[in-house]
Amino acid sequence: MAECHPVGFRWVMEARERGATIIHVDPRFTRTSAVANIHVPIRAGSDIAFLGGIVRYIIENERYFRDYVVHYTNAPAIVSAEFQDTEDLDGLFGGWDEETGQYHKKAWRYEGADPEPAAGVKESDEEGQPIQHNPFQAGHSDPTLQHPRCVFQILKRHFSRYTPEMVEQTCGIPKSLFLKVAETLCRNSGRERTSAFCYAVGWTQHSMGVQYIRTAAIVQLLLGNIGRPGGGILALRGHASIQGSTDIPTLYNLLPGYLPMPKAKQDKDLATYLARNTSPSGWWGEFPKYFVSLLKAWFGEAATKENGWCYDYLPALTGDHSHMNTVVNMADGGVKGYFVMGENPVVGSMNGPLHRKGLRQLEWLVVRDFSVTETADFWRDAPEIERGEIRTEDIGTEVFFFPAAAHVEKDGAFTNTQRLLQWHYKSVEPPGDAASELDFIYKLGLRLKKLYAEEYGQPRNRPIRDVTWDYPLEGPKREPKAEAVLREINGYTVADGKPVEGFTSLQDDGSTACGCWIYSGCYRDGHNMAARRKPHWEQNWVAPEWAWAWPHNRRLLYNRASADPEGKPWSDRKKLVWWDQEKGEWVGYDTPDFIVKRPPWFHPSKDACGKDTIGGTDPFVMQADGKGWLYAATGLQDGPLPVHYEPQESVVKNPLYGQQCNPERVEWWRKDNPYHRAYDDPRFPYVITTYRLTEHHTAGAMSRWLSWLSELQPEMFCEVSPELAAERGLKNGGWATIRTMRAEIEARVLVTGRMRPLRIKGRLVHQIGLPYHWSTKGLARGDAANDLIGFVADPNVSIQESKAFTGAIEPGRKSRRRSAAISGPPVREIDPKRWQRDLPPARRKPESQHSFKAGESKKEH
Amino acid sequence: MPSGDGFSLSNWPLFRQLKQRDLFGLEQTAASPRTEALTARTASADRIVPSICPYCAVGCGQLVYVKNEKIIDIEGDPASPISRGCLCPKGAATFQLVTGSHRVQHVLYRRPHGKEWETVPLEQAVDMVAERVKRTRDETWEGTDEEGHPVRRTMGIAHLGGATLDNEENYLIKKLFTALGIVQIENQARV
Ligand code: SF4
Repeated sequence: MAECHPVGFRWVMEARERGATIIHVDPRFTRTSAVANIHVPIRAGSDIAFLGGIVRYIIENERYFRDYVVHYTNAPAIVSAEFQDTEDLDGLFGGWDEETGQYHKKAWRYEGADPEPAAGVKESDEEGQPIQHNPFQAGHSDPTLQHPRCVFQILKRHFSRYTPEMVEQTCGIPKSLFLKVAETLCRNSGRERTSAFCYAVGWTQHSMGVQYIRTAAIVQLLLGNIGRPGGGILALRGHASIQGSTDIPTLYNLLPGYLPMPKAKQDKDLATYLARNTSPSGWWGEFPKYFVSLLKAWFGEAATKENGWCYDYLPALTGDHSHMNTVVNMADGGVKGYFVMGENPVVGSMNGPLHRKGLRQLEWLVVRDFSVTETADFWRDAPEIERGEIRTEDIGTEVFFFPAAAHVEKDGAFTNTQRLLQWHYKSVEPPGDAASELDFIYKLGLRLKKLYAEEYGQPRNRPIRDVTWDYPLEGPKREPKAEAVLREINGYTVADGKPVEGFTSLQDDGSTACGCWIYSGCYRDGHNMAARRKPHWEQNWVAPEWAWAWPHNRRLLYNRASADPEGKPWSDRKKLVWWDQEKGEWVGYDTPDFIVKRPPWFHPSKDACGKDTIGGTDPFVMQADGKGWLYAATGLQDGPLPVHYEPQESVVKNPLYGQQCNPERVEWWRKDNPYHRAYDDPRFPYVITTYRLTEHHTAGAMSRWLSWLSELQPEMFCEVSPELAAERGLKNGGWATIRTMRAEIEARVLVTGRMRPLRIKGRLVHQIGLPYHWSTKGLARGDAANDLIGFVADPNVSIQESKAFTGAIEPGRKSRRRSAAISGPPVREIDPKRWQRDLPPARRKPESQHSFKAGESKKEH
Repeated sequence: MPSGDGFSLSNWPLFRQLKQRDLFGLEQTAASPRTEALTARTASADRIVPSICPYCAVGCGQLVYVKNEKIIDIEGDPASPISRGCLCPKGAATFQLVTGSHRVQHVLYRRPHGKEWETVPLEQAVDMVAERVKRTRDETWEGTDEEGHPVRRTMGIAHLGGATLDNEENYLIKKLFTALGIVQIENQARV
């Protein structure tokens, strides 16, 4: 955190000054470790084993926050008798379907109820069947937590094998150090104290990435650290508006505000789509209001009740259309045109050579950035061109490079990692032809409307005709006014165009329009709330008048949990939001994240629906049952509880189960994306992990051209321990070649005691550290670390596994910069039959469009 | 060092250091009249424009100092409760990011099989892109999937990028591209 989010880390340092204990868990000793109280070196890819050990410690030693757990989590809920745990099946849950290579999620449900996942059924539907809509009532629960099938007891059994000894054998963390961490964490949680988890998003980049975060959530719920000041799980994200681009998603599976994109097979019409996504209980009961308001914002007068608000203007999904599938689709000739705006995938994404292979198949490519990136210049500046394997003149792709305006040359809002919308103003005009994306897209839209004007008779062109595209223009270049777009995002009443006050004003009858319901209120009464900059010294420590947080300017989500079931703060020290009996409402330092007038003792009636089912002690209002989920009965692909699986490529056999890897992981079995053996691959004996440095920014386009930054980190290097250096003959300051089946790269060697070999089952495991900022352009150059990494993904969100894989290292500049995608594998193949990652039932893997849900398939491209 | 002209004991640095208890000469005694007359570059700005750091998601506050319609400096904003005036090395280098000579000022075009970039006027380039979008969309349109379910889309066009852009920009990208039937829209949030 000190390395990647330095100014955020100043608050950690401030906390330390006031007595907080900082624990840093990282394979490397970094600038964060240097100021932490405890540094825990860990084998990359073993985090669930480590956190699972903490879960076990909390339960076995009865250190959980009982009142919180009983009232605010689903610990008392009773799970159906058919549930089978990984304890019973050597690493698989019950419900595995050998034919589809996926789980039947119904095998994990609660007894007598089907809770909805947090956002309707969007991720959990199987077999195209609508999920039965029973409002979840905790009719089957045991507040004493004794019932053998209650979530708490299942959790206890599930994690029973995650003993300190097992943690030591799996993670390489000495038992005494592990116990010190577990005890410190427990001691610092409860009524009087809270602990927070902070992570950077590399934590999610694993084939069980979602379950990493779930394990942290289980720890935090057991300790009562969610929804309370000083608690939580804080995702420290890497880009200025990466949170914003998730909320208002440039993501294939979502519409603004986490509304799912329609699925072709299931969501055949508006009524079905709404029925499938409207939760009968909890806040997602409001779903139709947000969806109809979005369609009104997009299609204006054309959207009427009679035509289903233009529902059939929306394209539909038929599978996973996420980034890696798009690239593979491109390499196979399916994608003809590609827009890349402010991103440099041939450096920042996995398997750069495969990306370039895709770009070569395109008819046209549009790149928008400050300077010509490696992605824009792939046709003349790439290892395969330099090696003479590909000739520039043979590449048929037409490329457009548009210079982009910088943030100081345009108005707009970034949403930072704590959900804060912060406005930045235009201070000068962009230079030359540089323009904002707002301007570019707006003008492209106008052109397309014109080009299609003659063909509006065809139904497929009507969305282009009807999409609302009237924004006031301003400035010498007649650019669209960003605030007008913000107003549409906020929402307005259709009749008079007045901005709505917030999402509670939205309706499902077409009387309101709103571009993103969770952002509703950011432009209330026509005031740009994101532009508020009241100095911190003029307000309380929550600083509610600095910018604006979604939803409703609530700074801490689920903060109802900061008070006890009766609505009183758990302790004076940790007071945030509480029930004010006199006023008859929730009050506090922060805006309550709860129905303000709903008293703590409120019990929903039996026939209640939607938000009326939220009881006074249900802080987690977005969940169908209002509780924090220790056990996810629905919503996840790869199991209701986290399980330690090894990464796709590991140096060890899974010490916990027969099942080596996440059985639902997504693989791409192709010649241009070869994998290593699951473990003990003699060709690739070391663990590799990648990371960022303070002085550079992700794929480097915003830092490698800056002399001030390049001077501080001038070239690519690899970090190795003195032990590994001795084993491989690597010299500090010399060169090394690092190799995987995908590619080989070279880097300067940094021999440092900050990399420590770990002892696992008596054997030394070495880890190699690689920063990934470099490539061929800029003042500071070097090989791209991500070229080494193959496409493998988590099944829930298709995030790639890039933080734990295996490889080889040798001294010298022996890299010829070969890559599997172009030159064939740089290392000889060995028989894939010996690579089994899966138990026999999980071996059959049906193919989806471009990827495989998991497992081994013979089909090669 | 004292020099011939105008030497006076009271002006002699060592004497001043002793007198002002500034033994190492690191405090006020180090200041010369010239230093005292200097002002910060930022003091001459015509206006100060509030902004936010464009690098990581901490979202530190920035102040942009503008003089004669040129940015002369970018500093941390002390009023921000997030950063209280601090910027890390990247944030502090923002001035170079936005004013550096690496910034391309013209639209560049590489024709199929071409070996060099050419420049094209902005308006023409946007026209060309719009034509290509239409052509590809029309050629690759899918009305239904293999089983006959309506999909109303093109898989021939894809988009990547968003986490470095503004919310308003992402909003228009998603809105326009969805209306065009493009579904392969992705950004760094998944990469
Ligand atoms: S100054 Fe540094 S810590 Fe702050 S937002 Fe910018 S990059 Fe992040």
